[in-house]
Amino acid sequence: MQKFSFWYLTLLLAALVVPACKDKTDDELTGFGDVEIEFDNRAGDAALVFGTEYTNAAGEKVKFSTFNYFVSNFVLVKEDGTEYVVPKDSCYFLCKHDDLESREVVLKNVPAGDYTGLKFMIGIDSAKSVSPITERSGVLDPAAGANGMYWSWNAGYIFVKVEGTSPQAPVDPGTGENTFQYHTGLFGGYDSPTLNNLKTVSLETHHGDEPAKVRRTGGPHFHLYVDVLEMFSNPTNISVASNPTSHAGAYSKTVADNYADMFVLDHVHNP
Amino acid sequence: MLKYSLPLLLLLLLAACRKDEPAAPFSGPFLPANFPAPAYDLALNPVTEDGFALGKKLFYERLLSRDTTIACADCHISYAAFSHPDHATSHGIDGLFGKRNAPAVQNMLWRTSFFWDGGVPNLDLVPLNAIQSPVEMDESPARVLEKLRAHPEYPAMFKKAFGSEEVNTARFLQALSQFMAMLVSANSPYDRFVRLEPGATLPAEALEGRDLFAQKCGTCHATDQFTDQTYRNNGILNDFTHDRGRNEVSTLPDDIGKFRVPSLRNLTATAPYMHNGKFKTLEAVLDHYAAGVKDSPTLDPLLRQPDGSLGIPLTADEKTKIIAFLKTLTDDDFLRDERFAE
Ligand code: HEC
Ligand code: HEC
Repeated sequence: MQKFSFWYLTLLLAALVVPACKDKTDDELTGFGDVEIEFDNRAGDAALVFGTEYTNAAGEKVKFSTFNYFVSNFVLVKEDGTEYVVPKDSCYFLCKHDDLESREVVLKNVPAGDYTGLKFMIGIDSAKSVSPITERSGVLDPAAGANGMYWSWNAGYIFVKVEGTSPQAPVDPGTGENTFQYHTGLFGGYDSPTLNNLKTVSLETHHGDEPAKVRRTGGPHFHLYVDVLEMFSNPTNISVASNPTSHAGAYSKTVADNYADMFVLDHVHNP
Repeated sequence: MLKYSLPLLLLLLLAACRKDEPAAPFSGPFLPANFPAPAYDLALNPVTEDGFALGKKLFYERLLSRDTTIACADCHISYAAFSHPDHATSHGIDGLFGKRNAPAVQNMLWRTSFFWDGGVPNLDLVPLNAIQSPVEMDESPARVLEKLRAHPEYPAMFKKAFGSEEVNTARFLQALSQFMAMLVSANSPYDRFVRLEPGATLPAEALEGRDLFAQKCGTCHATDQFTDQTYRNNGILNDFTHDRGRNEVSTLPDDIGKFRVPSLRNLTATAPYMHNGKFKTLEAVLDHYAAGVKDSPTLDPLLRQPDGSLGIPLTADEKTKIIAFLKTLTDDDFLRDERFAE
């Protein structure tokens, strides 16, 4: 009798617990959650503040007044390598330093799961760059959201825009100020090949850290550092004295190669 | 006999009645039989009577410029095939001069790129350039839209054209495209001749000129658009520091000094010629090809002869005949079309 009730109890317990366990994992890993990505702009070790003086790799004193960039085509990667690609209709973001909200990107309805990688593009991919005008709303609207981030004479978006002043930069005859200006774009050309400055950023959670957990009840918060001074170094030091401006020319490749590594993952918060 | 004359009479009466009708019903752009299918996707922006009317008003609208002094139509004039006649380069706002000649705006539906350097891939995106250019209209497109929203007439016109009063970027640009889409020039004596229209002939001199043209010019000025839509250096300059042409958008060293091969339609209305308006007459253009070609690293290979000389061998007689042919490309119906004039 004793024996019987022991087995009976175990069975009963198992019947209760197993489905409960199963229910819980199902519950955790089904459905969708939102992922937040914070783009925290930095200048070297310090937080970036417009008008504050920093020193670039060439040893020049620089103050910033504009720091805007397009980020797009987000992909979340699980530990086993499977990827979730954010749909095209919600994968374009314009981050402006002076607009805090624009630097809090939210990826909505990401399938629940544990993610260890985050990939995105700096700039606007070539397909979108040549898309019909009716498919360019919000931050992609050249006369609204993308105002100042679009070249109308060499049709395409400015991927990264950095402007500021430096005593080492030459005087701009227009304003009488010592300014530098780096407007970088170029997606590879729509009919014949031109320079392609699109860069892909690939970030991974730090070894030993928890993965980024997307759950129905909430999602992770990726905290990214974006160091504007990285644009001035590695692999090539850029001097505001000798190359104070770069737009759609050949030198923009140097600028883009430099800023390709300005995004780093500082940490991930799980809910 | 009566059996036949009665319907005939009715037909005549009907024809007479039609005269009293206000105007022929609106039909979209003329798609001539001697042209291929348009490059512009008309399905994405079908041309309607109201869209065309809105686009036309915008094309003649000075509010598009910063200080309300300049309209598109000031540099693109209807009787000059929408080019800027007699202006080597065009003066825009504040009397500032741009560095390039304003080209004709005609047959834009068949173009795969725009501007002398091909910097813009789609007709819809062209006006953004003119509006923003500091030497043209010097205005931000965002402010243009605000001005149109506040205007007494535009919101209603947008509603007629697009179904609601909303004035947005896409609608604004598509309306301008609808106007420009209608600017089709394909009724020159040459066109009527190649379409074998009844009674269409060309003078013997022009016919000879046509053959010479095909041999000597037709590789670059190809098809009935008279351009292969590529970028080439035809030797009018050998120093491109002032304007590097295609290189300014492509950044490729090979593209320095290359400019888009232009169409040759309505030349008699569009002088001066070339991206910098260098030549005032067709004679000067032919003299250039015969004896004025300047050497530079990107000069088109077609302009290097096997004996090492530059240009295209042309006798005086051949030049005259080629010019006679070029003159058959003038389309008076288009130049005088009242639907397009202010
Ligand atoms: C100040 C004179 C000026 C004004 C105003 C102006 N344009 Fe132009 N337009 C030009 C010049 C010059 C070019 C050639 C520029 C180049 O190739 O770099 C041009 C080129 C163009 C082209 C391309 C033609 C081709 O063959 O590639 C189109 C289309 C056009 N303009 C339409 C417009 C429209 C629409 C407006 C009004 C929104 C406008 N333009 C206003 C001077 C002007
Ligand atoms: C190698 C290619 C090539 C050949 C061959 C050639 N052209 Fe051109 N043509 C061009 C290019 C490119 C331009 C524009 C150059 C510029 O503005 O910088 C041009 C411009 C012109 C223009 C000026 C049109 C305008 O609207 O400004 C005329 C007219 C012309 N060509 C006529 C001719 C004739 C006639 C011949 C034959 C005798 C000829 N071309 C042969 C490439 C060519």
